[in-house]
Amino acid sequence: MENERKYSRRDIIKALATLPVFGLFAFEFLKKVAYDRWKKKAVLSELDLKRPAPAVVTRTSPEHSGPQVRLGIIGFGRRGEQIAQSLGFAHPDWIAKRKRNNRLEPWLAQKDLNVAITGIFDVFDVRAGYAQTVIKNKINPGDGSPVEKVKRYRSYRDMVTSDDIDAIIITTPDFHHATMAIAAVNEGKHVYCEKCMTRTEEEVYRVEAAVKAAEKSKGVVFQVGHQTTQNEVFQRAKEICDKEILGKITLVETSSSRNTPDGAWVRHLDENGNLRPGDARSIDWKEWLGSAPRVPFSQERFYNWSKYWDYATGLSGQLFSHEYDAANQLLGLGIPLSCVASGGIYYYKDGREIPDVFHATFEFPDRELTLFYSASLASSRPRRRVLMGHDAWMELGEYLNVFADTHSTRYRAKIRDGIVVPSRPMVSYQPGSQGIDAITSASEQYYAARGLIYTYRDGQRVNVTHLHLQEWLDAIRGGTPLSSPIEAGVEVSIACHMATKSYRESRRVEWDPVRRRIV
Amino acid sequence: MNMKYTAAQLTGLVLLRIIVGWHLLYEGLSKLIDPYWTSAGYLSESKWIFASLLRSLARNPHVLAGVDFVNIWSLIIIGTFLIAGLFTRVVSYSGMILLLLYYIAYPPLVGIESPFAAGGRHLLINWTIIEAAALFVLALFPTGGMIGVDRLIFRHGRPSE
Repeated sequence: MENERKYSRRDIIKALATLPVFGLFAFEFLKKVAYDRWKKKAVLSELDLKRPAPAVVTRTSPEHSGPQVRLGIIGFGRRGEQIAQSLGFAHPDWIAKRKRNNRLEPWLAQKDLNVAITGIFDVFDVRAGYAQTVIKNKINPGDGSPVEKVKRYRSYRDMVTSDDIDAIIITTPDFHHATMAIAAVNEGKHVYCEKCMTRTEEEVYRVEAAVKAAEKSKGVVFQVGHQTTQNEVFQRAKEICDKEILGKITLVETSSSRNTPDGAWVRHLDENGNLRPGDARSIDWKEWLGSAPRVPFSQERFYNWSKYWDYATGLSGQLFSHEYDAANQLLGLGIPLSCVASGGIYYYKDGREIPDVFHATFEFPDRELTLFYSASLASSRPRRRVLMGHDAWMELGEYLNVFADTHSTRYRAKIRDGIVVPSRPMVSYQPGSQGIDAITSASEQYYAARGLIYTYRDGQRVNVTHLHLQEWLDAIRGGTPLSSPIEAGVEVSIACHMATKSYRESRRVEWDPVRRRIV
Repeated sequence: MNMKYTAAQLTGLVLLRIIVGWHLLYEGLSKLIDPYWTSAGYLSESKWIFASLLRSLARNPHVLAGVDFVNIWSLIIIGTFLIAGLFTRVVSYSGMILLLLYYIAYPPLVGIESPFAAGGRHLLINWTIIEAAALFVLALFPTGGMIGVDRLIFRHGRPSE
């Protein structure tokens, strides 16, 4: 080549003069990597944990090759709609909104659960009509073909005896759960019952007896709607508890913190402050009241039922039930020996009966452990679930962090050597850090922060209710185990009712394990 | 354009080039080997006038994966080339643009708080914009043609073009 360059030695030296920097960089970089690995290994081998799994956990449940399950939904309020979405049925408006916000894809990627919603019962004409639109909508995840015909039942009694229905989902106000669940299992229908499983203690025993009998004689599958345990973070937390990484756990703190009218069950107004629809003509009030005391039609009671003892147990059954279920499944607590609860109506002077600030302390003398629950509907200051052991404590929400205790016996040497720094997490787990989804409403944020909405499977953000329903359907088809069977439902509801009873009677209540009664 | 630097000027500029290159290279490599790293948090929390655009990037997992990939490899390539003095002017400008993108996501303007702010207190000016300015200087006063591989690619003794 004519313009071939001739490089002098000087050129070469000057051109490559900075290359030794790479040597230094590589040396320092590898040193840093090795140091981090060594530190991580030192902690993980001490804890007998494998290297934190990547953010993706492969689904282990079987494929849904079994027969299609025909479902009936009782109660199509907000939760009923969420359940339908988790099953793969959504309203066109909801789909359009998700599409606009770029959030439809994860829902469409949701697994097709191979179910048909063939029946719907709601006392409110508007919601029953809405439910039919949802169920008939053609846009569904997977190749799920929506049913063309969905029957609106005028009474749940007709639904439970119908031959068109295999399984029933109960998403009504709490006071109906027991009656409906018992009626359904007696007819051999599988049941997915929302929390709180019952409104009263007495109902717990009746549901328990009916479900156990139906399990035996009719092969009924019963699951309570405590979906928290489906969260991937939770499964890792369980491993940490099982491996006794925290040392002796003597205190568990759980809480609920919300600060919106919606979060405090003031729900009769829409976003613009207008009264939501519904009157004595469009709502079958007699059916809605069921066995509850007769009162004149009240839109307030219809929408804000969680505020009244006749229909629910407020913070205890609505929110604490999830918290207790989480602690129970992590630590296998069973039923507490005693409970002292307190609180009051300090913020919402709107005629409500249930407290808006509420606390309950449970004792487990056999386990040498206290569980403390504290809730406020008038402050959203986040408080994570915390499990406190002698050697370490664990924060558990959307992610989990384990911090070594400064005065730990087990980690003393590691703390002294600087391998473990008590002010920083010793183990940290943040699922699905390779993806993100926007969460909008404050109530949704509350649930998401506590791991109640989303988890990650196969690298996708998955709705935990979807997984919980899937688990129930898998059990119906293939007898696989459940995470919230009747036994867990009984333990959680008894704990909730202990707290309610203690609060309402202003006294310490105990569980008599021999007579199986709260005393 | 043929620039003549004094030995001290040249040393200063090459040193600056290596320092910035080292930093960007480490930023890129440390993200590459971290299986949990993603720009999702940074993008989805972004403030100021580009917030909605940047947040929308974070919302789509496929787009996000692309953003992460481009980000990581841009940092690695720019860092490596700066240290080596290869295509110095082009990579200086590229690095400057990349850093300006980081800057506009969280400019330390009055009323904008960044959860990612670190290493001091900032008003309008933060480390990101300082580093971007440094790369601007390096682009205007290229040194790869004197000390760097550019010396072999472009005519020796001349800055890269």
